[in-house]
Amino acid sequence: MEKVAIVGASLAGLAAVRALRRQSFTGEIVVVGAERHRPYDRPPLSKDFLTGAVTAADLALSPDDEDLGADWRLGVTATGFDPHNRAVHLDSGEVLRADGVVIATGARARPIDHIGVHTLRTLDDAIVLRDALKQSGRLVVIGAGFIGAEVASSARKLGWDVTVVESLPTPLSGSLGTEMGEVVARLHGDHGVRLLTGLPVSGLTGTDQIEAVELADGTRLPADLVVAGIGAIPNVEWLAGAGGLAAATSVPGVVATGDVTGSQHWTFALENPAAVVATLLGTEPPAAKAPYFWSDQYGVMIQFAGHRAPGDTVRIVEGDPEQRSFLAVYERDGQPSAVLGLDQPKLFTRWRRQLRSAPQEA
Amino acid sequence: MLQPVCPLSEIPPGEAYRWATEPAVAIFHTEDGEVFAIDDTCTHQDASLADGWLEGCEVECPLHASKFDLRTGRVDAPPAKLPVRTHRVAVTDGVVHVELSTEAPNLPPGAKP
Repeated sequence: MEKVAIVGASLAGLAAVRALRRQSFTGEIVVVGAERHRPYDRPPLSKDFLTGAVTAADLALSPDDEDLGADWRLGVTATGFDPHNRAVHLDSGEVLRADGVVIATGARARPIDHIGVHTLRTLDDAIVLRDALKQSGRLVVIGAGFIGAEVASSARKLGWDVTVVESLPTPLSGSLGTEMGEVVARLHGDHGVRLLTGLPVSGLTGTDQIEAVELADGTRLPADLVVAGIGAIPNVEWLAGAGGLAAATSVPGVVATGDVTGSQHWTFALENPAAVVATLLGTEPPAAKAPYFWSDQYGVMIQFAGHRAPGDTVRIVEGDPEQRSFLAVYERDGQPSAVLGLDQPKLFTRWRRQLRSAPQEA
Repeated sequence: MLQPVCPLSEIPPGEAYRWATEPAVAIFHTEDGEVFAIDDTCTHQDASLADGWLEGCEVECPLHASKFDLRTGRVDAPPAKLPVRTHRVAVTDGVVHVELSTEAPNLPPGAKP
């Protein structure tokens, strides 16, 4: 293998470049990125970046002096793929051929097409939203998932009147289960943010600017600004001619990693590229760790690791949910399957280590 | 100048001790019996590396999973991009002594100086 093309220049793409070099690949590496920015860290975009505690320069993932010997093509979008020739078609008209291809094009925010409704995924999205938050007023956040909750928390800190609406009866129940989803959702009320659950949005009003969000029960929520955090769509359209992601990666020399695979976890985008690069190079993949993600809401550090499944029981092993500082362990057949911590980083890390030796399959 | 910090017996192998000097220093006792001292505060965001995941000669920040090499202080995994300072360690008569680095620390944005 002499030349590897990495399509996608965010965390997974950068991790793939580093993994190739760490696994002693000395050939040519070309990285294609649709965004104009060098790889940057997305998690702070909904938190410290919105509140102004960190700047765009702080978000860079590479030190200035890091030289990985890669050719970075930024602001260039992949438009098509021929897996059998491992040829990536670019919007510049160029056709990039390589011996190995890493598909790491990530995902984009699921949009709501209406004036005054923001989504938050990229640095450019965050710059626009940060500017919109400079005045204060009434914010409605659609979706009480992690992005929505973090935006609500940041806006509250900036003095906004915030309402969060969620169509599910319990926010975060898919990730944390119903019981713990309810506990974490109480953070909104603790900090003066209204949370309305079990109510789908039925409409948006306003023509020159957003005026209100309307809910299925007839509730009208006046809004000066609306942010939608309603999930992500993998960027796979450019693979349509190749038969889609699964067909493309069934060809030798073609692998996929990061959010494009359907994962939405930062640590997956950090760690999995080393495994797919090992597949490309025919080397031994590193051992996989239990999935880990975190969220920071209203100054509370929320950490989760493991493989929770419906039916797992939850036990509080330290602290008190009413104090919003505790450690909860999910169990299946008497074995820990996952762990959740609120403001318990030390204890959480101990439990997270133990999960590695626990059964990983549901 | 080497300063006495604590008896080595207070840090079981695989564990760390947070020395509350300014800025705080984390002292790690590895499973292999080696002792290292680095700045305790992650260079990415305010977190105590002494609370992190020690594996071999590497510590993972307990919050955002940045990794640092205890021997050199260099970043092994993002989101951190600046190294932590390392400090010279000597264990004399069972007591851990640390000589603080004279270099400027790489503190994260917003951390107390």
